[in-house]
Amino acid sequence: MMADKLIPTPSQTVGPFFHLGLARAEWSDLAADNPQGQRIAIEGRITDGDGAPVPDAMLEVWQANAAGRYNHPDDDQADKPLDPHFRGFGRVATDANGRFRLTTIKPGPVPGRGNALQAPHINVALFARGLLIHLYTRIYFADEPANAGDPLLSSIEDGAVRDTLVARRDPAAGSPPIYRWNIVMQGDGETAFLDI
Amino acid sequence: MPNEFLPFARPRAGTQPPYLYRDYQSTQQRAPKRAPIRFEHTLSEITGPSFVAHWAGPDATDLTRQHKGEPLGERIIVEGRVLDEDGRPIAGTLLELWQCNAAGRYHHPVDQHDAPLDPNFTGAGQVVTGPDGSYRFLTIKPGAYPWRNTPNAWRPAHIHFGVFGPGFVTRLVTQMYFPGDPLLAYDPIYQSTADREARERLICQYDPDLSEAEWALGYRFDLVLRGRLATPADPV
Ligand SMILES: [Fe+2]
Repeated sequence: MMADKLIPTPSQTVGPFFHLGLARAEWSDLAADNPQGQRIAIEGRITDGDGAPVPDAMLEVWQANAAGRYNHPDDDQADKPLDPHFRGFGRVATDANGRFRLTTIKPGPVPGRGNALQAPHINVALFARGLLIHLYTRIYFADEPANAGDPLLSSIEDGAVRDTLVARRDPAAGSPPIYRWNIVMQGDGETAFLDI
Repeated sequence: MPNEFLPFARPRAGTQPPYLYRDYQSTQQRAPKRAPIRFEHTLSEITGPSFVAHWAGPDATDLTRQHKGEPLGERIIVEGRVLDEDGRPIAGTLLELWQCNAAGRYHHPVDQHDAPLDPNFTGAGQVVTGPDGSYRFLTIKPGAYPWRNTPNAWRPAHIHFGVFGPGFVTRLVTQMYFPGDPLLAYDPIYQSTADREARERLICQYDPDLSEAEWALGYRFDLVLRGRLATPADPV
């Protein structure tokens, strides 16, 4: 019965001044402590329904380590090592042009529901003025063969919508590899957001 | 597969704000047009960062002693607990907060409100919750401030709160308001949550037992996060 339950606190926008309480420049580098795995950068831009850059947005990211294990007690995959040098959480705010850059390591694949395997991905929460409640999405990697069997990607019939979740490696970039991934908050090319 | 876990419950209709809320103008360019894709929880959703070891830095719970002098304004104590919807305390999670000064001005370059900055007030704090999910801050009461949503619009006095909880999907960023504020009736951000009982959770309670004589007023504010479903299967 619902009777004993408390109602969860409603979300409210972070507003335009969130940097005051939430800015942590060092959290945009998830690989600062030299974890195992392939070091990568993710760069992109966030735009709104008018195609204008969003200079007051913030991303939080959460991912598994290179072996595909989350640094969390509920991930009890004993066959995969924890990496004491990898926490798996990051945060970055957009600049005046709506751009952001994260440095991390490429995550390993993680279990899905039942016997499914999820392709390597980074979980993303987007906060901004004008968002009363944050939006969830994911970053996958275009050069990853496991994408074909990923339950979320496979569930999206429209290829253009599916592609909004997929970061593409920049052929011009050297080391570390740079994956490009943009967020379109509304309208043409709108990012696939998740109800989770 | 080592894959048995309880997913988190989804909010009841009307108890969270929508993406598009026309009275809050900025939502009109930033709310997605397509409905978000419903996806049942996996390890990716039910896990999230832990802050028990204080890696996010030391607690900063006294916002009145971050500078040489004391900030201007009404000293307040804000105390409460972080719980899930079943009333279970959320221990060891990070709570971050930020607010404007007593005159209604943020210590932030984007804030151009013609009100004085207070050299003795920054307005940011953080704490890792105790074993019973509790937290406590000493600060000053923030002022109301104007914004350009509509002509002559004013935000009710509020403190911004962010809290993580046990999983990536329990993340909550919200605002705490004060009881009896006449601006609440006109504020589209506060009004955006349709369910009145849910909305009123955003208002702290004056608590005379929490006030300290000749020193500060006490307000109580609990934050409630999504709880776990009773069974691994998510009922449709
Ligand atoms: Fe504010």
